[in-house]
Amino acid sequence: MANISESVPVATDSSRSGLHRLMQRKSSIAFLMTLPLILLIGVLVAYPAGYAIYLSMLNKSMVRFVGLGNFEFLMGRDSFWAVVYQSCLFAVTAVIFKAVIGFVVAHFVHNIPAKGQRKWRGMLLVPWVIPPAMSTLAWLWLFDPSYSAFNWILALFGMDPVPWTGDTSWARFSVILVNVWIGAPFFMIMYLAALKSVPEQLYEAAAIDGANWWQRIWYVTLPMMRNIIAITALFSLIVTFANFDIVRVLTAGGPLNGTHVFATWAFRVGIESGDIPLGAAVSLFMVPILAVAAVFILRDINKRGNEA
Amino acid sequence: MKSKITRRRFMATTAASTALVAAPFVRGAHAAGKLSIGFWDHWVPGANKATETLVKEWAEKEKVEVSIDYITSQGNKLLLTSAAESQAKSGHDILAMNTFLPARYAEQLVPLNDVMDPLIKQNGAVNATVEYLGKIGGKWLAIPATAGSQIKGPCSRIDLLKQHAGIDIQAMYPAGAAPKADGWNLDTFLKAAGDCHKAGVPFGIGLGTTSDSVDSIGAFFHAFGAVLVDAKGEIVVKNDQVRQALDYYKKLMAFLPEDVPAWDDASNNKWLLSGRGSLIMNPPSTWAVAKRDAPQIAEQCWTHGFPAGPKGRYSPFLPFFWGVWNFGKNVPAAKSLLTHLSQSASAEKMVIASGGYDLPAFANLTTFKTWSEEGPPKGTLYHYPNPHNHQTLSIAAAPAPHKIGEQIYNQGIMTQMAVRYYRGEALEKTLDWAAKELEGFMRI
Repeated sequence: MANISESVPVATDSSRSGLHRLMQRKSSIAFLMTLPLILLIGVLVAYPAGYAIYLSMLNKSMVRFVGLGNFEFLMGRDSFWAVVYQSCLFAVTAVIFKAVIGFVVAHFVHNIPAKGQRKWRGMLLVPWVIPPAMSTLAWLWLFDPSYSAFNWILALFGMDPVPWTGDTSWARFSVILVNVWIGAPFFMIMYLAALKSVPEQLYEAAAIDGANWWQRIWYVTLPMMRNIIAITALFSLIVTFANFDIVRVLTAGGPLNGTHVFATWAFRVGIESGDIPLGAAVSLFMVPILAVAAVFILRDINKRGNEA
Repeated sequence: MKSKITRRRFMATTAASTALVAAPFVRGAHAAGKLSIGFWDHWVPGANKATETLVKEWAEKEKVEVSIDYITSQGNKLLLTSAAESQAKSGHDILAMNTFLPARYAEQLVPLNDVMDPLIKQNGAVNATVEYLGKIGGKWLAIPATAGSQIKGPCSRIDLLKQHAGIDIQAMYPAGAAPKADGWNLDTFLKAAGDCHKAGVPFGIGLGTTSDSVDSIGAFFHAFGAVLVDAKGEIVVKNDQVRQALDYYKKLMAFLPEDVPAWDDASNNKWLLSGRGSLIMNPPSTWAVAKRDAPQIAEQCWTHGFPAGPKGRYSPFLPFFWGVWNFGKNVPAAKSLLTHLSQSASAEKMVIASGGYDLPAFANLTTFKTWSEEGPPKGTLYHYPNPHNHQTLSIAAAPAPHKIGEQIYNQGIMTQMAVRYYRGEALEKTLDWAAKELEGFMRI
C-alpha cells in the first residue's frame, strides 16, 4: 500500500509531461483547432444524414423498420424514374452550359486590360452572389404564366406567347436557363483564376513553334486547366443535382411533374404528402449517383497528379 | 467621455433587443400556467387582431400566461412547423392545421370530443367535410377554426356574365334571399365559359397542383359522382363518372386561358384583378384586394354557388382546425381556450375582422350581418357562407381514407389527369396512369 501512495506523485508528473508533450505536437494542436468545425459538421451534417438514413428505413406511419423497403418501392415507380431522368437532364445540361459559358467569358475577361478588369469581374459575379430564391422570383415574374415580360416583348414583334412554365419542355428549358444564369459566374471566376496561373512562357514557346489560336487553347490552356475544370464541374454537379430553390420557386415541379428534381420531389412526397420515410429515401437516392460521379472525377485528378 | 461596454452588459443589451424584435404577443398572469399557440397568419390585414383580442380577454379571465405566434402558410411555413413539432414532440400547445393534417397527426393529437360535442349542441351541426377531416375513429382530433376556413366558390363579374353570357348572376343569387339557381348547372356553366372565352374574357380556373386548382376540380368531380378511391380504400378510378368528369373538363379547358396548368394559388386572383377574367373560384380575398386596388372591378364582383351536376351541387370547403398536441404542457387550458374561441360571439368577431373571409363550420353561425352588409356591391358576400344550404360543402379526394386522400389532394392527381387528357392522351391511358399513381399511395 505504501508503495502505491509513494508512486502517486510520480504518476502525476508523468501524466503532466505526457499532456505537455501531446500539446507540443503539431497534429494535436491542429486537431484542437479544427475541433469546433468537426463538432459543427457532426451536429449539422453527420447527425441529420444519419437521421435521414434512419427515417428512410421506416414504414409510412414511422412505427416499423422496413430496411431497404422504401428504396425497393421507389424502384418500381414510374414517377420516381421520371424524377431520376429529369434530375440527370437538369444537372448535366446545366453544368455543360455553365462550363462552356464560364470558359468563354473567362477568356474575354482575361483579355480585358487589368485596369478595367475588376469592374467586369464584379458585374459578372452579380447573378452568383444574389440569393437564388430572390433572383428566381424575378425570373418568375419574367416567365409569369399570364403576364410574362418576355411574352410582352415577343408580342411587340407580333410573335405568339411562349408557355415558359406551362409546357413541360419549355418549363425544363426555363429552370435550366435560370440555373445557368446563376451558376455560370462561379465557373467564370474559377477558370479566370486558372487562366491567370498558366505561365506566359508556355504561350510564347507555342507561338515560336507556330501554334495557332486553337492549338494554343487545345495544347496549352486546356491541359493546364484540366484539374480546375474537373473540380469545378464536380462541385457544380453536386450542387445542381441537389437544387431545390430554383425549381420550387419557378415551377414547383410542374406542369405534370415534368420539372421535379430529387429535392423538390422529396419535399412533395415527404412534407406535403405526409410520407416522410419515402421522402427521405428519395433524397438519399442522390448519394450513390453523386458518389459514382465523384469517384470517377477525383480518380482522374489523382491520376494526373501522380503523372505530374 | 468614453463609455466602456463590458461583456456582461453587451450580452444583456443584445438579449433585450433580440427579445424586443422577436417577441410574440405574451400575456402574463401565471396563476393557471402557460399556454403557447401557433395561429395561422391571416392574409387579410388586421384579421389577426381578432384572435389576439379574444385570447387576451380569455387569458385575463383564466389567469393563464399565453404566447401567440402567427405562422404564415407562405412557403409552407405552417406545414413545416407542424412537421417539425411532430418530429420533435415539442412546440406549441395549440397549432392551426388545415385539411388533412389532423388525420396525419392523429396519434399525436388530444381527442377533443369533450369540447366539440357541447359546441355542436350549442352552435349546430358541422358540415360533412369538417366531420370527414376532423373526426377520425369517432374522435374529434381538432376543433374547426373560424379563422382561415373558406369556401372556394365562384366569384363572377356581374357585368361580363350579363353582357357576354346573358346571365344575371344577382337575380340567380339575390342578396338577402334564397338562391333561384335551378338553371345554374354544368351545361349552363360550360356555355357561359364558351361565351366569355369568345368575348376575350375567359373564366380563370387553375389546373396546377396547388389547392385552388385541386379544390375546384374536386367539386366538379363530386358533381359527377366521380371517385378515385372509395371509403374502403379500393381504387375505383376506372369508372364512368370519372370518364364523364374528364370529358367535361376537356371541353371546359378549351375555354380557359392556355397557361392554366402552370397556375398557382395567386394566378386566379391576378386574373380577375387584371380585368381580363369573368369568373374565378376563390374566397372573397380577391374581391377584398380589388376593393383596395381596383375598385371598379370590386364593384362588379359577386360571390355565389357552384353549378349543379348530375349528382348534386358541390362547393369546395377548405377548413382550418385548431389541434392540441398530446405533448402539450397545458391541455385543460387549451381546451378552455378553444371553447372560448368557438363561441358565436368570438366567431363573429373573426368574421368581422376578416371582412367576411373567415367561415365558422357550425350550421347556426352562417348568418352574421357582415356577409349581408359587406360591399360594394352590397350583398356581394351574402351567399358566400352557404346560408341556405344550397350546396354540399366538399373536399377533393373524399371519401378516400385520409392517408390516401391526402396524397391524391397534395399531388394534384385529378388536375394532372385533366391536363393529360386535354393534351391528347387517350382517356384509358390517363386512367391507367392514375391507377398506377394511386397504387403507390396505398403504402401503410
